[in-house]
Amino acid sequence: MIEEKSIGALAPEIPVEYEEPELFGLMAEFEEHDQLLAATRRAYAEGYRRMDAYSPFPVEGLAEALGHEHSAIPLFTLIGGMVGGLGGYFMEWYAMARLYPLNVGGRPHNSWPNFIPIVFELTVLIASVSAFLGVFILNKLPQPHHPVFNVPEFERASIDRFFLCIEADDPKFNVEQTRKFLGDLKAHKVMEVIE
Amino acid sequence: METIQGSEPRLPAPDKPYPVTVLGYPAEMIGPTATYAKVSEQVAGIPLKHPNPKFWFIGFTIAFSLFLMLCGAVSYLIYRGVGIWGINIPVAWGFAITNFVWWIGIGHAGTFISAILLLLHQKWRTTINRFTEAMTLFAVMCAGLFPLLHLGRPWVFFWLLPYPDTMSLWPQFRSPLVWDVFAVSTYFLVSLMFWYLGVMPDLATVRDKAKTKWKKIIYGMCCMGWRGSAVHWQRHQTAYLLLGGLATPLVLSVHSVVSFDFSVAQLPGWHSTLFPPYFVAGAIYSGFAMVLNLLIPIRRIYGLQNLITTRTLNNMACVTLATCWMVVYGYIMEAFTAWYSGDPFEKHMMWDRAFGAYGWVFWILMLLNCVIPQLLWSRRVRTHDIALFFVALSANIGMWIERFVIVVQSLHNDFVPSSWAMYIPTKWDWITLFGSIGLFLMLQFLFIRYVPMISISESRELIAQRKEGQL
Repeated sequence: MIEEKSIGALAPEIPVEYEEPELFGLMAEFEEHDQLLAATRRAYAEGYRRMDAYSPFPVEGLAEALGHEHSAIPLFTLIGGMVGGLGGYFMEWYAMARLYPLNVGGRPHNSWPNFIPIVFELTVLIASVSAFLGVFILNKLPQPHHPVFNVPEFERASIDRFFLCIEADDPKFNVEQTRKFLGDLKAHKVMEVIE
Repeated sequence: METIQGSEPRLPAPDKPYPVTVLGYPAEMIGPTATYAKVSEQVAGIPLKHPNPKFWFIGFTIAFSLFLMLCGAVSYLIYRGVGIWGINIPVAWGFAITNFVWWIGIGHAGTFISAILLLLHQKWRTTINRFTEAMTLFAVMCAGLFPLLHLGRPWVFFWLLPYPDTMSLWPQFRSPLVWDVFAVSTYFLVSLMFWYLGVMPDLATVRDKAKTKWKKIIYGMCCMGWRGSAVHWQRHQTAYLLLGGLATPLVLSVHSVVSFDFSVAQLPGWHSTLFPPYFVAGAIYSGFAMVLNLLIPIRRIYGLQNLITTRTLNNMACVTLATCWMVVYGYIMEAFTAWYSGDPFEKHMMWDRAFGAYGWVFWILMLLNCVIPQLLWSRRVRTHDIALFFVALSANIGMWIERFVIVVQSLHNDFVPSSWAMYIPTKWDWITLFGSIGLFLMLQFLFIRYVPMISISESRELIAQRKEGQL
């Protein structure tokens, strides 16, 4: 073994083992958003689940067509708003009535009407922060790289083209059949996505 | 002509270069030749290719010079103290609070356009919302500067914030000045998040259009690796709508809270329940005027007439006129309640406002804010960009003078004649005012240079809707 290796170092023409590039999925390119929507619905009806659609603007009903009915953003926002409002009131009450009671014009320490503006502002602020962070947490952004960016044509996903990507780990995925299925969807082009 | 609900018919007009609605108003929200690729190329092309560099460099240089003057004025202020301004007792507020109220009012148009008009399905807002949101951010930055500088010891500004400090002191939460801290900082942060959420997909377009490696990397980082996935879009749109819903009461609350700074006080000319709606209307009025002042030249210089159409300008002019009348109503009611109250101090304040030492300022205000904007009744003025620019300029200056009259004139003649005094601005007051305009314009120039200033993804939506005949 050792001898062989030393010979190998002297003879560079010995073939190097390449790793077979792993397939992330197959991607179809469309020219119009309604074609993408129709194709996504067909693919979902066909039984594909691990797939994603990409578009340069939000297409109504596309996430639903992928089987993604609800997003958790409203819940994030509601919880954030409640935390902001109740927390804000608690802060004001605790500071003004407990930690640092101050008589201002003979008003009670817990003078709630005067506390409302800040309660309102903090409700809006924390609710907005939760909605905003919710988008990044749930979308798992920032994500600098993703296999779909390996497809040169994908550049146009942010410009004027619409893409449907069926991922290889879908149980129904089969390179030949899926390629044929996508080709039948009037796709402009079908491409392989390398991991 | 057949129409779909929510859209207006489009008729050819022989005497005008654009199609019109039945009532003769311009009909186009987006130019007839716009396609996805063309809009992307046109808007993303501005940060990438930097067209018209001469205009940009000259404009930026002027703005930057003014900004340097601001830096100088602020440095001297920190060195010497607020005595360098013309403020005194009784006029303790002077230019600083005038500028604060004016700037924060200007900011209101951005949120009004991006949030309230979003919820009202006003699609013409699409091509101007990004720009006006950025304007909001910059105006609020300028606004926030003034109360801090006016503190006297700006380096301990954090005493305004509630935090458990070693002195065991807390802000006085019953004071409108503390409400202001919360209102303005909330407004800034919510506007910033709303703006960033909107700009993120467009930064991805710039990334994909960029030719050089570094631009790709920087814009790619700025857009957080956005890839336009449908599930991402769904969450993005939900959050965008929710932020719009949250920003709607917020925009109405911020200037209301600012007006509480005045109306909670006992001073004649301030102590009025009219103030919150009157301030909000004035804010939207001056904000729209500022949007017109900025957009009219920019749309010409960068050739964006196909996106920011005459219809958009016309609609903005209509909002300006409507809010102008709300402000006029405010002036009338102020005078009426002063007279009707029978209160001698109120009556004196109103008499002094019109005929006292600052009377000439008041009549300039009436001319700029109430008389000149009536030109907007004319459709020709509303659709003629140069005329519109000057009317908007008049409204902007008028609103600044209004803030000045409210702050200075009310304070200088209060209850006790022995305490009356005149306020005369010093050169430092003026330098700080124009310096803040420099800061605002400088940020605006940087924005149009490096960020796509029109929402590309929303413009694509308009194009898609037009293809489906829904526009």
